[in-house]
Amino acid sequence: MNRKEIPAWVTYVLLVLAIAMCAYGVYRGEWKDVMRKAVAICMECIGIG
Amino acid sequence: MAKQDLIKHTRIRKAVQGGWGLLHNAHLAGFITGQIYQGPLKKFCVPGMNCYSCPGAVGACPIGSMQALFDARKRKFAFYVVGYLAAIGMLVGRFICGWLCLFGLIQELLYKIPTPKITVPEKADKILRYLKYIMLFVFVFGLSFFYRNEVNVGMPWFCKYICPVGTLEGGIPLVLLNSGMRAAAGALFRWKFILLILCVAASIFIYRPFCKYVCPLGAFYALFQKVSILRMSFDESSCVNCGACSRQCKMGVDPMKNPNSAECIRCGECVKVCPKNALSWTAVGKAKKPVIVKVAEE
Repeated sequence: MNRKEIPAWVTYVLLVLAIAMCAYGVYRGEWKDVMRKAVAICMECIGIG
Repeated sequence: MAKQDLIKHTRIRKAVQGGWGLLHNAHLAGFITGQIYQGPLKKFCVPGMNCYSCPGAVGACPIGSMQALFDARKRKFAFYVVGYLAAIGMLVGRFICGWLCLFGLIQELLYKIPTPKITVPEKADKILRYLKYIMLFVFVFGLSFFYRNEVNVGMPWFCKYICPVGTLEGGIPLVLLNSGMRAAAGALFRWKFILLILCVAASIFIYRPFCKYVCPLGAFYALFQKVSILRMSFDESSCVNCGACSRQCKMGVDPMKNPNSAECIRCGECVKVCPKNALSWTAVGKAKKPVIVKVAEE
């Protein structure tokens, strides 16, 4: 049961990549699309449309 | 002692789940007026499953937002939401499922209803667990990203045809509070309502069936279980193979074999029931406790 653990540096590199990806999305203004979608009732989500 | 610890731990976890759920749905006036919150917090996604059309929701649903971005950005990748969820996954993995998901709590409470419980046969269980990855890669990523209707508009496939969270948190309250919605509710609403009933019924007999078999968000976080900063650590030298941890795990994980299993929701109950403290929370890169400490404790 001696499992080889994934090295710490892999975790940190992936975390930085994820944060960079999120930051790039914010830079592209994707949060505005999220906002636009979230402030209106999503008819598909509630099963109406 | 271990039993008392477990009871205390379970109460704390339930309080955190409930408190977090309330925080996500703090727009309580919406449940009276039938109007959803439209303030600035809606630009942020919540980490767990929580429909943004719930009258109380103050944040955005990550799965719905992801599908909306695929659509709104003309098949461009949803960097904001995917990056955000990946960062959370890298930090804590499926800890979100165990501690910060309201729908998970609802299923857990349903499971508390005193009835005979069902154990899904191992083979069927193993196959069904892959279903949530199909939900993620086919319904959330694939169809939402590639499929367009005749007027070149995409749609949130998972939310529209499957998600019982939207029906429970958004559909039912809004249909009850709004006569226009009531009039508009048709075949799709009935379909989603049947799925919700099935999910609720299954939750009474099976522990967190939606999380085990269907949830695409859980599937997404599961991808990061083995590389996340927060991990479960198993000290083989302290283990006496009593099996208490695997018996306690209602997600069907054997922490001795795979403490960072993709199916683990990091509720921490296995840590509490271990009589030898062989299981513990740890952070990546942190040195394991020296074995000599364990020997001294014994």
